Amino acid sequence: MDFNTIIQILDSTIRLATPLLLACLAGLFSERSGVFDIGLEAKMLVAAFFSAAVAATTGSVLLGLGAGIAASMAFALIHGIASITFRGDQLISGVALNFLASGMTVLIARDWFNQGGRTPALMDGGRFQPIDLPFATAVADVPVLGPIYSELLSGHTILVYVAFAMVPLTWYILFRTRFGLRLRAVGENPGAVDTAGISVVRLRYSAVMIAGVLCGIAGAYLATGLAAGFVKDMTAGRGFIALAALIFAKWRPWYALGACLLFGLLDAIGNRYQSIELLGVAVPGQFMQALPYILTVVILAGFVGKAIPPRAGGEAYVKER
Amino acid sequence: MSVDTQKGRPDAAAPAAHPAIELKGISKAFGPVQANKDIAIRVMPGTIHGIIGENGAGKSTLMSILYGFYKADAGEIFIAGQKTAIPDSQAAIAAGIGMVFQHFKLVENFTVLENVVLGAEDGARLTPSLSKARKLLTELAAEYELHVDPDALIQDLGVGMQQRVEILKALYRQADILILDEPTGVLTPAEADHLFRILEGLRREGKTIILITHKLREIMEVTDTVSVMRRGEMTATVKTAETSPEELAELMVGRKVLLQVDKAPAKPREMVLNVENLKVVGEKGVERVKGISLSVKAGEILGIAGVAGNGQSELLEVLGGIRNGTGRITLNGEEIDLTGQNSDARTRRARGIAHVPEDRHRQGLILDFHAWENVGFGYHHDAKYNSGWLMDNEALRRDTEAKIKKFDVRPPNAWQTAKNFSGGNQQKIVIARELEQNPDLLLVGQPTRGVDIGAIEFIHQQIVALRDAGKAVLLVSVELDEIMSLSDRIAVMFDGKIMGERLPAETSERELGLLMAGITDTTRDVPVEEIEANLARKDGATP
Repeated sequence: MDFNTIIQILDSTIRLATPLLLACLAGLFSERSGVFDIGLEAKMLVAAFFSAAVAATTGSVLLGLGAGIAASMAFALIHGIASITFRGDQLISGVALNFLASGMTVLIARDWFNQGGRTPALMDGGRFQPIDLPFATAVADVPVLGPIYSELLSGHTILVYVAFAMVPLTWYILFRTRFGLRLRAVGENPGAVDTAGISVVRLRYSAVMIAGVLCGIAGAYLATGLAAGFVKDMTAGRGFIALAALIFAKWRPWYALGACLLFGLLDAIGNRYQSIELLGVAVPGQFMQALPYILTVVILAGFVGKAIPPRAGGEAYVKER
Repeated sequence: MSVDTQKGRPDAAAPAAHPAIELKGISKAFGPVQANKDIAIRVMPGTIHGIIGENGAGKSTLMSILYGFYKADAGEIFIAGQKTAIPDSQAAIAAGIGMVFQHFKLVENFTVLENVVLGAEDGARLTPSLSKARKLLTELAAEYELHVDPDALIQDLGVGMQQRVEILKALYRQADILILDEPTGVLTPAEADHLFRILEGLRREGKTIILITHKLREIMEVTDTVSVMRRGEMTATVKTAETSPEELAELMVGRKVLLQVDKAPAKPREMVLNVENLKVVGEKGVERVKGISLSVKAGEILGIAGVAGNGQSELLEVLGGIRNGTGRITLNGEEIDLTGQNSDARTRRARGIAHVPEDRHRQGLILDFHAWENVGFGYHHDAKYNSGWLMDNEALRRDTEAKIKKFDVRPPNAWQTAKNFSGGNQQKIVIARELEQNPDLLLVGQPTRGVDIGAIEFIHQQIVALRDAGKAVLLVSVELDEIMSLSDRIAVMFDGKIMGERLPAETSERELGLLMAGITDTTRDVPVEEIEANLARKDGATP
């Protein structure tokens, strides 16, 4: 494996980790507030579809992004109403949204575009274009550092940079602001927040809606950045892998970055090496493709150690009598 | 800290002074239950005002209304003479009311500082609020003996310290009126005394304190005025100096009650239970019982005193057969297997051990089942309740009805769901089930937790009657009063070990309280800080 290959794999790691990272941070906001969210997948999927659909129709990727975020937020709102206002079961609400998103996107796609559940392939204006960082071409020939800068760090779409910037931002919000303090508190002991005179419901809704925005960006990136259009079930379980990453990361932003990069790396390796020889045995490509999913199971089963979720997670808040 | 120096001592207050709080005609119903009926109360500034009443009398509901946690169906609230609407807790805080709930409202994995600041931040950025709070906490600590490490995590603090954080929270929000709901339930006597000193200090500074409790002794010791609640109504408000515990108890219950358990000296006979070097490993691999030895004879009650979470629960569970341990235990001279392989709760029952668990909601009852089903637990294999393949529920119900009549369960309705009985009657259901199997050894944990005075009296009588019938009783309770009045011998547990055994006639609450904190040299003067440090240091400080 030469240096260039490594750079290429890492480059694709960054691109593949981006939707995971956004979804993982979305889950982080929601679950830190005490609302479990297994509907990350659903929100990404509707966002992917609506962003592709609007981008294909209008030719504007920014309108597409807006539509994706709006769709994702609509789903987040449903989850909020079901699990915060009506105190329903958060897992069931999430499962229902996942089914709804999977069926609804294909159904609408068939009706609107007649291409068997896809959107038309997006032209240039309908996609996010790579951004070249300053001097990217100038330093490209510098040994080692040149390619790292111009290949690895430069040349991604704006959404990639947004996703990675979200990590320190999330950390700052969570641990250095009033909102973050209250958000963490409401996920641990909503009674403490309520008796301090703060609305538990409003806090949880804000968290769930933030998750909606982040999933919306993640979905839009899938359809208009990573790919060029929507195809059926294109999230391919990324919402669940993001959840696994979230647990692996113990609900912390910087750990989330590490976890998502790890899953992204496995995905990148799987994509690059369709078959690989290991100790003289040919490992089939399907195995490589399945690697991120297998790792999810392994990590969750054993290597996480003791991950303590937010204590009030999964429970609707009812004032005690 | 802005202290309103205009408010003087109660005796200095002019007659024209407005009450700090005045409630008029407060009513509140939860469904069919009228929790508060037309309540009127006046609390004068700069006093400690006690509110006493049995469980379910409506004390906590009333205070929750005052704190904006519930909305009253009717009635008016006046703060310092001003009619004030308190729709939510924010309004109560703004009106200068602070509340220390019975179950603390703290975020366990936050620091003290973060908990104090939560909800009272100065701006969107946290750092300025935190440094301001740190400074204020130092001042408050010096002023009121409220010493807490601002950077400690709540989960690492003992309950006494956690309670102080709650008080600090209220003071940080500039509360002039402080409500404490059953504040001493979780404290050792020394910690309780320290709390009362803090409250005295706050009163001196002109704060008004409302103390909700069911403990008559505390009311008599620290309050200036006391209001009594019964069944949702305010039955009397009297000056503490002009009343007596007996009178208050009668006002609470509505009839004369025996405050002392009426019992003859024990006549211990042969050994029933002998425990040698018992060790129990609890959750997370932490050793919760660290090699204890004790024995209980027929015809005596051995009381185990201790702060909750010092291994008493594990001791009861091992003896009851629902947890494994190591060591040697004999019952009537025969060894009991502790590995759980040849011996479980069922075989223990067959050998004559009855178990009234500490937590009746989690272990004693299935709340959604009827009374007769709950009374039937443990009797399912009994031949007389089985006919062929099927259970003879008819027979079970007949016997249940007899049992609940005998144990004065109200209402005596075998078809009522367990959760619809009051706490006292739920406990009587459990006690009826366990005592009616005529055990040689009764294990009983927290027999009167959340139980009203009338039922306490009855349950205590039943336990003493069992002793007098020549049975052995092992009593675990965190209520020192209960331990002192029921036990024939007292063993004190701390951190999984027995700190010592005492005879009730030859010890004091103070001595037991020190043993409960792991201090065996009980003759010296022990500062409360040392007690707290001890309680916080042991494994799993929070119960």
